[in-house]
Amino acid sequence: MYSTNRYLKFKKMNKTYYNAEDLGKFGNIGEFQPELAKKFFDYYGEVFKDGALTAREKSLIALAVAHAIQCPYCIDAYTTDSLEKGADEQQMMEAIHVTAAIRGGASLVHGVQMMNKVKEITM
Amino acid sequence: MIKSLKAQNNTLSDTFIQLQVLNTPAGSGKVFPSFKDKIKESGFSKFSPTKIEILQINVGKMCNQVCKHCHVDAGPDRKEIMTRDTMEHCLAALEGSAITTVDLTGGAPEMNPDFRWFVTEITKLGKKVIVRCNLTIIVANPKYYDLPDFFKENHVEVASSLPHFSAKRTDSQRGDGVFVASIKALQMLNAVGYGIVNSGLILNLIYNPGGAFLPGSQSSLEKEFKTRLSRDYGINFTNLFAITNLPISRFLDYLVSSGNYDAYMEKLVNAYNPAAVGNVMCRNTVSVGWDGYLFDCDFNQMLDLKLKDPTSIHIADYNNEVLTNREIIVNQHCYGCTAGAGSSCGGEISP
Repeated sequence: MYSTNRYLKFKKMNKTYYNAEDLGKFGNIGEFQPELAKKFFDYYGEVFKDGALTAREKSLIALAVAHAIQCPYCIDAYTTDSLEKGADEQQMMEAIHVTAAIRGGASLVHGVQMMNKVKEITM
Repeated sequence: MIKSLKAQNNTLSDTFIQLQVLNTPAGSGKVFPSFKDKIKESGFSKFSPTKIEILQINVGKMCNQVCKHCHVDAGPDRKEIMTRDTMEHCLAALEGSAITTVDLTGGAPEMNPDFRWFVTEITKLGKKVIVRCNLTIIVANPKYYDLPDFFKENHVEVASSLPHFSAKRTDSQRGDGVFVASIKALQMLNAVGYGIVNSGLILNLIYNPGGAFLPGSQSSLEKEFKTRLSRDYGINFTNLFAITNLPISRFLDYLVSSGNYDAYMEKLVNAYNPAAVGNVMCRNTVSVGWDGYLFDCDFNQMLDLKLKDPTSIHIADYNNEVLTNREIIVNQHCYGCTAGAGSSCGGEISP
């Protein structure tokens, strides 16, 4: 009975695994471990500043990586961030094609391994 | 071409309804902190001007464009136009005043039949004139083709909206074909020297985000616009000013109808920057409506938030002392001017 109630409570609290509002609560991770969170967010802030790459270029890289790791929070955040930094739809879609090319290429390049094995074990 | 909210009889053409939307809890149930309380926390219990340096005059709501984000709800169907009588009151107020700059806006200010006379008379008073030119008006009709020469003769500073260097993004905000016409107009302005280094002729571009997001860094956007416009079209300009869209009029209608209102307001509130408060434009500007009434800024004008002190509410009764000591009327839309790096008609404002 206890475990059923707990399960129902869990279900009520978590209707889906991802909740868009949680993106705005990212900073709350410091609640359980403040020192590491602070170090992470300080580093994060530094990474995205203008440097050898512009903040806009970094935002487009982040958008591409967000699609590679398929993080819905990151896709949401870096779509907005790319727009705010002046990127247009074409640039953003090209960034995602880079993701697709690398992901597709990563699969296909392993085809060489398959070919090597085929050649090794066939007459 | 779409119609203005007023011509559509849209409920949001009523400023009372706009203020009601801004001051009731959001659909999500969220209650945003009052802007008045927020600036009080930042040390501004009485919010007053520092010194009146700019007179921003709206010479009419008529425009050849119907931009989706327009806070004036301007368009070809708006007939409100400033008369020469009211312009004469403006000139009388300017004469001998400490105001240094006259910022002419609309609608398309050039569509006012007395526009050229007004610019010439203001120039004779030794005041700097800024014209908020939508660019497309220059190529809209042969009678406007010589505007670049007219601006040059009067040393007018031109401030023109261009939300993006891509046609798709520009047209989705400002209407089909606006980008191509704007590029042509910019090339005409460049041809007489506007935006060219050492010409003394200033051509500033105004960037407004084309949706429910905030502008990024002004300097980064300027760099990107300069590179792209020069490379793709051979266009030069002086500076780019990044302006936040305030949640009023047509932009408010867009936010509400697209389901973006709550998230956008939350974004503005979360981005509140106390360092920007002291430099908001209502602290050095008085805004004049097409009918001569005075307001704290162009946005308060469009929300019909008239000044409190009845002794100087119309340009005919312009009183610098009363206006300098007035209390500025603030409301929830003001979060747009204090978000992030802050926003004014001259772009970012935080020190």
